[in-house]
Amino acid sequence: MNPQAKETRVVIVGAGPAGVRAAQALVQAGLRPVVIDEGNAAGGQIYRQPPEARRRPARALYGFEWKKAQAVHQAWQALQGSVQAHTRTLAWNCYRGVLDLHHPEQGYGRQPYDRLILATGAMDRVIPLPGWDQAGVYTLGAAQISLKAQACLLGTRPVFLGTGPLLYLVAYQYAKAGARVAAVLDAAPRQAKLAALPDMAARPAMAAKGAYYLAWLAAHRVPVIHGARPLAIEDDGASKVVHWRDGGGARRATGGDVACLGYGLRAETQLADLAGCEFDYSPRERQWLVRRDAAGRTSRPEVYVAGDGAEPLGADAAELAGEAAARAVLQDIGVGGQQPRLDAIEAATARMRRFRRGLETAFAWPAELAAQCADDTLVCRCERVTAGEIRQAVREFGLRDVNQVKSWTRCGMGRCQSRVCGLAAAEVVAAAAGEPSTEGVGRLRAQPPVKPVPFDAEAWSRMAASNGEGAARQAGGTAGGEGR
Amino acid sequence: MTQADTMARAVADLAAGTAAGIAARASTRIAADVLVVGGGIVGSATAWALRRRGLSVVLVERGKAGMQASSVNFGGVRQQGRKLPELPVSRRARRIWSDLARVLGSDCEFAAIGHVRLARSEADLQALQAYRDQAAPYGLELDILDGPALRRRYPWLGRDLAGGSLCAEDGHANPRLVSPRFARAAAEAGARVIEGTAVERVERAGDGFLAHAGGAAIASRWLVNCAGAWSMAIARQFGETFPLGAIYPNMIVTEPLPAFMTCCLGLYGTGFYARQVGRGSVVIGGVRASGNDSLDSCRPNTAATLKEMSDALHFIPALAGANVIRSWTGIEGAFPDGMPVVGPSTRVPGLFHAFGFGGHGFQLGPGVGEAMAELIDRGETDTDISGLLPARFDAP
Repeated sequence: MNPQAKETRVVIVGAGPAGVRAAQALVQAGLRPVVIDEGNAAGGQIYRQPPEARRRPARALYGFEWKKAQAVHQAWQALQGSVQAHTRTLAWNCYRGVLDLHHPEQGYGRQPYDRLILATGAMDRVIPLPGWDQAGVYTLGAAQISLKAQACLLGTRPVFLGTGPLLYLVAYQYAKAGARVAAVLDAAPRQAKLAALPDMAARPAMAAKGAYYLAWLAAHRVPVIHGARPLAIEDDGASKVVHWRDGGGARRATGGDVACLGYGLRAETQLADLAGCEFDYSPRERQWLVRRDAAGRTSRPEVYVAGDGAEPLGADAAELAGEAAARAVLQDIGVGGQQPRLDAIEAATARMRRFRRGLETAFAWPAELAAQCADDTLVCRCERVTAGEIRQAVREFGLRDVNQVKSWTRCGMGRCQSRVCGLAAAEVVAAAAGEPSTEGVGRLRAQPPVKPVPFDAEAWSRMAASNGEGAARQAGGTAGGEGR
Repeated sequence: MTQADTMARAVADLAAGTAAGIAARASTRIAADVLVVGGGIVGSATAWALRRRGLSVVLVERGKAGMQASSVNFGGVRQQGRKLPELPVSRRARRIWSDLARVLGSDCEFAAIGHVRLARSEADLQALQAYRDQAAPYGLELDILDGPALRRRYPWLGRDLAGGSLCAEDGHANPRLVSPRFARAAAEAGARVIEGTAVERVERAGDGFLAHAGGAAIASRWLVNCAGAWSMAIARQFGETFPLGAIYPNMIVTEPLPAFMTCCLGLYGTGFYARQVGRGSVVIGGVRASGNDSLDSCRPNTAATLKEMSDALHFIPALAGANVIRSWTGIEGAFPDGMPVVGPSTRVPGLFHAFGFGGHGFQLGPGVGEAMAELIDRGETDTDISGLLPARFDAP
């Protein structure tokens, strides 16, 4: 390998299945990448590792996927000493070849890169409904993390609502862990699942697992309702009551001690946005995804994306995508990369994408639930903005771009920076503006920090000291007046 | 067609993407007394004030009105600390601010909670006293607070301050609401507001001007250039040059916190300012961010953000433990002497400039609008703008 290539600073954000496999491929080629992850340990959300005191056998933690989880963890273990790993570290900004970092004890830091692989994963898609902002209502992802990382059930009588494979998986995991699942309320109708079968046949084993969860839930008398339209979550003092309408239009109610909801996944794309990557609208996902080639090269020559953060295809595809992005980096810095292997990954990913298309058919994002939510429904929890206020901004002021609506109403301006409410808010705006899809209302631009970061009295002087004059020139020398 | 219909139609045009606003129809020929270029708060306020004087107005904005510096600025409504030549127009603006809720149909979170300029040293405090005396003839009342008085009144402030200057009638407002609403107020008053359309070319035509924008031709008797940081694109078409630069204020904002800041803050000299909005978030600025020379992008700057965090903790210790949830910046035209140009071109009769506010435009905007309208309508204004005239940049 030419020595210059070996000196290339490759930084990977995210140590889930994609990030770990990317690191592995780079190390195999003789590089020493930097890996940054918010978690305590590698594995990402899907293969999250509990803290030492909560360790349980992989089979108990990861079910059918325990071998894959173990393989990712072992691959990571084998990389120790060959990668520079920063765990518990948030990458909160990305600009001109530098990541801004924050660590709870070490504080602020900066990480320059020559090549950046963003393997930032995905999170739950949420559709607001009256009562979703109260204590005792969680996302499906949160319910699963609590179980995986802390061996803790959020409730013993949970109601699960929403749609998507995670709905059934979490219900199954909770029931197996001893919870009495009150109901699984799937917004997607039964016919949708039948229509999806041809595509789901692309991955028979995965489809079989889904069928198994369904059968298991049925055998254990867990009520599973297809085509349940959620109406509201109410706290009657003793329990959380989920009000919903069945396929026939009748009003029903199910009580439990917690309610957990989610409607599939949204890619975490903020860092790619801040890095300057172009996006394309995905009509199937009804979200904006980073423009990329089959190996994860973005419109920025130094930035690559992999895994669910690029396109939510699941953990198996993420492992392949991480490897592909690493190989693309190797090709681009002139040290191989093995095109035949990249071609094989692309072919395998195509099958997974077909399966994913099936999932999107079976558990489609019910855009109309967001678009038609009542005016008094809180869409943005952080800034407490209702659907009615958003609609008024569209109607009265002719706003039809989500960024303008954000500026006007504060929707998406709060702690979550629209990560939670953004997709649903876009549906509300699109419907109010008469747009058939959320493409027409634009893409919310990311603003640093991608997640909240704390005040720090010393960070600036430390940075100025370590950067010498650079930082001082950058900031201290350009004090900017007393404010308007 | 009612005005509301016209607006609705304009919005529908924009929405349909069939045309970049009304003006994009090739057949459109528009005539008006005044063409205002730029739909920021200065342009909108000018259009509004012109309409109140009965002149016909077309306002052309290449984006959405009030969405650049007018809406991403700090949101301070501050008179004290303005350079003395700015004070007359600042005072005039302040009178309009009191009445703005009626004009805009919403108070836009305007609250005159008081603004305190902080002094770090006795020398700073003496300078604040001197400023108080200089500002008094303009009718601006300022209270000088010594260290103990400052602490009694604002116990949440940092300990090591020598004192401060309080302007009780200063305060803050939500710029994201004020500026777009001003454009709407102008439209409701009868101005033709054309958004999503850039003025590509403007030339002298007889006694007036002919502008080409989105395929339309706009003929006017007067031309007002208030295109903010981009104003040179208009000025240059008449061979006029100004030493206009750009600044990029770096802003950070916290998560909502319980209300505790009972005034807005600025630091004497430079470098730090803060206010707490009604929602509870504390907005902090004072350091510059980054932009580029082509004025098409800007980004918050990490060193600036960290410096602002550090300063904020110093002056507002209660922020310890809070989080910053967002940072942003915007593009502001600015002159080396820290003041805008407001007034007639010295070379082109009928051309007026109002740009380069360097961060002062939000508070001044409504006052500048009235002064400009008087200048155009009567040839003179009741407000002393003699220190702000474009003539000050003429070659000697």
